[in-house]
Amino acid sequence: MKIHLLTMTAGAALLASLAHAEEVRVYNWSDYIDESLLAKFEEETGIDLIYDVFDSNELLETKMLAGGSGYDVVVPTGTFLQRQIEAGAFQKLDMSKLPNKGNMWDVIEARTAQYDPGNEYSINYMWGTTGIGVNTGKVTELLGADAPIASLDLVFNPENMEKLASCGVHFLDAPTEMTPAALAYAGMEPDRKDDEALAKAEEVLMAVRPYVQKFHSSEYINALANGDICVAFGWSGDILQARDRAAEADNGVEVAYNAPVEGALMWFDQMAIPVDAPNPDGAHKFLNFIMDAQNMAAASNYVYYANGNAASKEFLVEDVIGDTAIYPDEVTLEKLYTVTPFPPAEQRSLTRMWTKVKSGT
Amino acid sequence: MRRFVLIAVPYLWLIALFLIPFVIVLKISLSDVALARPPYFPQLDLSQGWEGLTSFFAELDFENFWFLTTDDLYWKAYLSSLQIALTSTVMTLIVGYPIAYAMARAAPEWRPTLLMLVILPFWTSFLIRVYAWMGILSNEGLLNQFLLWLGVINEPLTILNTNTAVYIGIVYTYLPFMILPIYSALERMDDSLLEAAEDLGCSRLSAFWLVTIPLSKNGIIAGCFLVFIPTIGEFVIPSLLGGSGTLMIGKVLWEEFFSNRDWPVASAVAVILLLILVIPIILFQRNEQKQREAEG
Repeated sequence: MKIHLLTMTAGAALLASLAHAEEVRVYNWSDYIDESLLAKFEEETGIDLIYDVFDSNELLETKMLAGGSGYDVVVPTGTFLQRQIEAGAFQKLDMSKLPNKGNMWDVIEARTAQYDPGNEYSINYMWGTTGIGVNTGKVTELLGADAPIASLDLVFNPENMEKLASCGVHFLDAPTEMTPAALAYAGMEPDRKDDEALAKAEEVLMAVRPYVQKFHSSEYINALANGDICVAFGWSGDILQARDRAAEADNGVEVAYNAPVEGALMWFDQMAIPVDAPNPDGAHKFLNFIMDAQNMAAASNYVYYANGNAASKEFLVEDVIGDTAIYPDEVTLEKLYTVTPFPPAEQRSLTRMWTKVKSGT
Repeated sequence: MRRFVLIAVPYLWLIALFLIPFVIVLKISLSDVALARPPYFPQLDLSQGWEGLTSFFAELDFENFWFLTTDDLYWKAYLSSLQIALTSTVMTLIVGYPIAYAMARAAPEWRPTLLMLVILPFWTSFLIRVYAWMGILSNEGLLNQFLLWLGVINEPLTILNTNTAVYIGIVYTYLPFMILPIYSALERMDDSLLEAAEDLGCSRLSAFWLVTIPLSKNGIIAGCFLVFIPTIGEFVIPSLLGGSGTLMIGKVLWEEFFSNRDWPVASAVAVILLLILVIPIILFQRNEQKQREAEG
């Protein structure tokens, strides 16, 4: 009887501890955090952190719209966030649980308010630009020392692309990123979504399509770092990570990133809490942890993206804060543009155009 | 009573895992896209009772199916999927039949080991095996390095991101599904039939054509179905091994679902795909039944 009682108490204690093992599930972009921060969060809060990654906004959005994703914190890009807020996918943040909110940078908050009015549903995690990554050695070898590595001419002018094709060019598999760039190259307003603009973008993309080895949104980091490809049209920090990996590997590959001089898309990845998050309280703790100046700085120092946290600036290494590819100077900042979400009918035309560009049908 | 329960089990299985999901997909295909969670309208609202039910059905229409006829992308994708599935089924049969035949002819004590070898790859995740092919087929991959070393080629062959890679991936992945049913048909075959054929003046080759192949027919058909049906809707292999030029309906479905957020149209694509698969199978089975009746 005594033993029986003992096992029962042990069992009850085990159950109690299981019930108390608090969990927070975070769904973030791949290669987008210093992983030591994850352990630090667990240590500080005693909450189990389950961290999953994705590499496309579309994938995240479908999970959000289907509901019941089981995630407590997700990281959509501004345009996608805006639509998902309208669809009722997120809950308003409880500012009383976010004492670190004061660390945020008003300049960035003013811009993210375009997608999330009043910044009620989200906090900025990282922001950056979409631009051109090159393997400088190979590109100058093929195009000469005056290769236009900071111009859209490099990736949208068929003459340049024809020469680059042999060493490999990757484009993002994201029509919402590539279309504004194609329009900027054609000298049109990048945020246009009408048929005429899409037809023009299609024309620009089709002309260089034969020289694009692959449309993919994450493979180019390693491909660029290994020297498998020599040009990628991709996200600033990803290309800078490739630069860093190549330098670490010491394989003779030198990678450079440039925001196109014709103008570059500026985007914002926002952390938000799904309306059906199992543990919204833990989610707020995670957001507050991320908004800590030192934590945010550690993340930026690791992934080479700028963040929306003003207080973190003093902890940023010179390599990050001093690099105008990450924290643009006034001149570049003026050339950056933002875009708005595609409504359903325009989205359908866009997807159709993108399928046509990729598959020829 | 026991008989009834026994018959009920497969029907319950079919209803729970085929009919109900299909009705849900059909229902979504008749809805309209909306910016909501989930992103379509109308939702069935049973709290309003009968009225909710009637207004729900009044909102349903076939608009999405009409839409599929307005763009040539869809039928081209269906056609190209059918063609890829058909070609890979034939290729799998050509590769699989001799393997199954050799297994069935092997000494009985060897057969369990050979069978094991066919099943063994399933112990590794399918995704990892497809990724392994990326490593083998890429420009700097094992295959190219080997061929360059042999001196067969001077320039690396571009195989990855082409339809060739898709065929290799499909044949590799689905080969066991072809081998196993053919093997089980061949293994059951009575060897004395072949002796009888030879006694009656058949050459070995014609005995194979006239006796072995017809007797393994059921295995061939089962194997072909097992390969053909999943290949048509295949998504993982073409997206990892195929290039952007590989047009398959699985990819189109993905785009509708993820890029356009248009669940209704995506569901319509899926319903049509199911019809394309189910109708020929029903016709085929009916034909088989007629033949059997004619023979019996």
